[in-house]
Amino acid sequence: MTDMDEHDLRSLYRQMLLIRRFEEKSAEMYALAKIAGFLHLYIGEEAIAVGAVAALRPDDYVISAYRDHGHCLARGSDPGRVMAELFGKATGLCQGKGGSMHLVDLANRFMGGYAIVGGHIPLATGLAFATKYRKQDLVTVCFFGEGAVPSGQAHEAFNLAALWKLPVIFICENNRYGMGTPVARAVALYDNVAEAARSYGIMAERVDGMDVLAVRELMRTVVDQVRAGHGPFFIEAMTYRFMGHSMADPSHGHYRSKDEVEEHRKRDPLVLLKHQMLSQALCSEGDFKSLEQEVGEVVAAAVKFADESPFPDPSSLHADVMVEE
Amino acid sequence: MLLSYRDALNQAMREEMRRDSRIVLIGEEVGYYQGAFKVTKGFVEEFGPHRVVDTPITEAGFTGLAIGAAVAGLRPIVELMTMNFGIVALDQIVNNAAKIRYMSGGQLSVPLVIRGPGSAAHQLGAQHSQSLEAWFCHVPGLKVVAPSTPHDAKGLLKSAIRDQNPVVFIEAQLLYGTKGEVAEGEYTIPLGRADVKRAGTDVTVVAYSKMLLVALEAAERLRQDGLDVEVIDPRTLKPLDLESIVTSVKKTGRMVIVEEGWRFCGLGAQIADSVYAAAFDYLDAPIVRVTGEDVPMPYSRPLEDAAIPDVPRVVAAIHSLCGVA
Repeated sequence: MTDMDEHDLRSLYRQMLLIRRFEEKSAEMYALAKIAGFLHLYIGEEAIAVGAVAALRPDDYVISAYRDHGHCLARGSDPGRVMAELFGKATGLCQGKGGSMHLVDLANRFMGGYAIVGGHIPLATGLAFATKYRKQDLVTVCFFGEGAVPSGQAHEAFNLAALWKLPVIFICENNRYGMGTPVARAVALYDNVAEAARSYGIMAERVDGMDVLAVRELMRTVVDQVRAGHGPFFIEAMTYRFMGHSMADPSHGHYRSKDEVEEHRKRDPLVLLKHQMLSQALCSEGDFKSLEQEVGEVVAAAVKFADESPFPDPSSLHADVMVEE
Repeated sequence: MLLSYRDALNQAMREEMRRDSRIVLIGEEVGYYQGAFKVTKGFVEEFGPHRVVDTPITEAGFTGLAIGAAVAGLRPIVELMTMNFGIVALDQIVNNAAKIRYMSGGQLSVPLVIRGPGSAAHQLGAQHSQSLEAWFCHVPGLKVVAPSTPHDAKGLLKSAIRDQNPVVFIEAQLLYGTKGEVAEGEYTIPLGRADVKRAGTDVTVVAYSKMLLVALEAAERLRQDGLDVEVIDPRTLKPLDLESIVTSVKKTGRMVIVEEGWRFCGLGAQIADSVYAAAFDYLDAPIVRVTGEDVPMPYSRPLEDAAIPDVPRVVAAIHSLCGVA
């Protein structure tokens, strides 16, 4: 390992840590009623967003579903403005009009979180259609859960992407549950959901979604291939959501056991990377402590910023329904 | 010059596509088939298959793709073979096209036209004969246009294409072959402006799309009864040019609204409500609505005729309103 690698791994770890602590703090803020509505946490799945985004250029497009905080933060959005959006504040990314499920950060080419399952997958093909039409060498990355795979809109999008060789990378975050329904009760080919994409002639591969380096490694190859114009690619990243579906759902109980959750927690993506870095002597425990402290400060500052920011003025209610000309 | 409605639409898109390379036309049979109703005749030959894009029969998928492409800066025109198929794409139109601007706090916009024929033609049955404009008008974030004449069709479509917002542009199969004077050379008609198609003093008739022709014919017949009917075509249904309608009602004191769509929650109910709120004191009698019947469109000709407003029914409505036996 070189110094570059060390810096690299530390940066990946820091991003995952930021998402983890941000999400934990969001849960706290939800309990304090600072955040309302639906809140879907990304805890346990951090390696996918961080590993995938690490293989992208800043001008590539990223689009996601409703469990979108991780992708937005991985893309480089200001945690303060993300938290402010969750708080419904005027300083939020979307001035309080989007909320947790609809984060958008155009400056970082994060094109949004969308909350109708499967409905944003055609949008991703459209972003890719536009870049291809303009002969730009950009790729579009589209995140969704395995619960979206059997939806009609996903299939229509897969077909269009394959038909027109669009530069789009579909990343299925297979966390094994669509809300409380296990994949085996929702997807006919539950042990190989990528077949849905393969059936349209889309290349597909499965990756360990708990291993950020494996995700990044696969993504580097895939991004090169897609950027070179070889058409879409489908990645099935195997992962697990450590928390409930949303804040309304406990992490275990009716549909999955505590033992099952504990079993998956043993492969916590942060712990896996940390062990690797320690075993290769790339970082000391002291380094991790200072990272914890630094990230803790960032998250605390984000909360402070969100808390101190003003709510939107009711006079902004009708702004941005239409583009006024 | 005398032009058919079909050719006026063709000219509008052709002129716009010549001046703006961001415009792409997407839909079923728009290319090599020349359009299901031949509106895009000659397009694929002039602009090529990369700009005139034939799609599979997947309205949700390609409408979503067009929305994504619009967000990325293209200006797509989606041709729905009929507006009925917009129901299949309704998630994309309502949840994405109409909301992306607002949810993103103004960061993103969707400059998109979704066009195609609405309303009944001759005996197309229940699934191909619907007037769905009220559905689209109900959704904040959409503009809705329904021109009745070739001149309006051309000028309004050019404006719709240049608009920064998603515009649902409703044509009519039975209008495609109708002919009218169209201004020579370059012109546009701004969205949101009604047009007085026939000046009169006794009663105001509001009608749009195909029903405008019915209203004009009724007005002509009523001239023999000594009634001077003013006929106003809103042309753009949303935003509605209430001011022009109210100006007319203040002059005549009586109003009839003719619409082909279902009566319950039809567009006329909204127009009547708006006029009552703005000009109640000027009305000499309650507003009368002539509407389609609240039934799925039957196939059989006499039944279909019974379901759609016609000239005798409009004449009868005006007679009763104006106290003519």
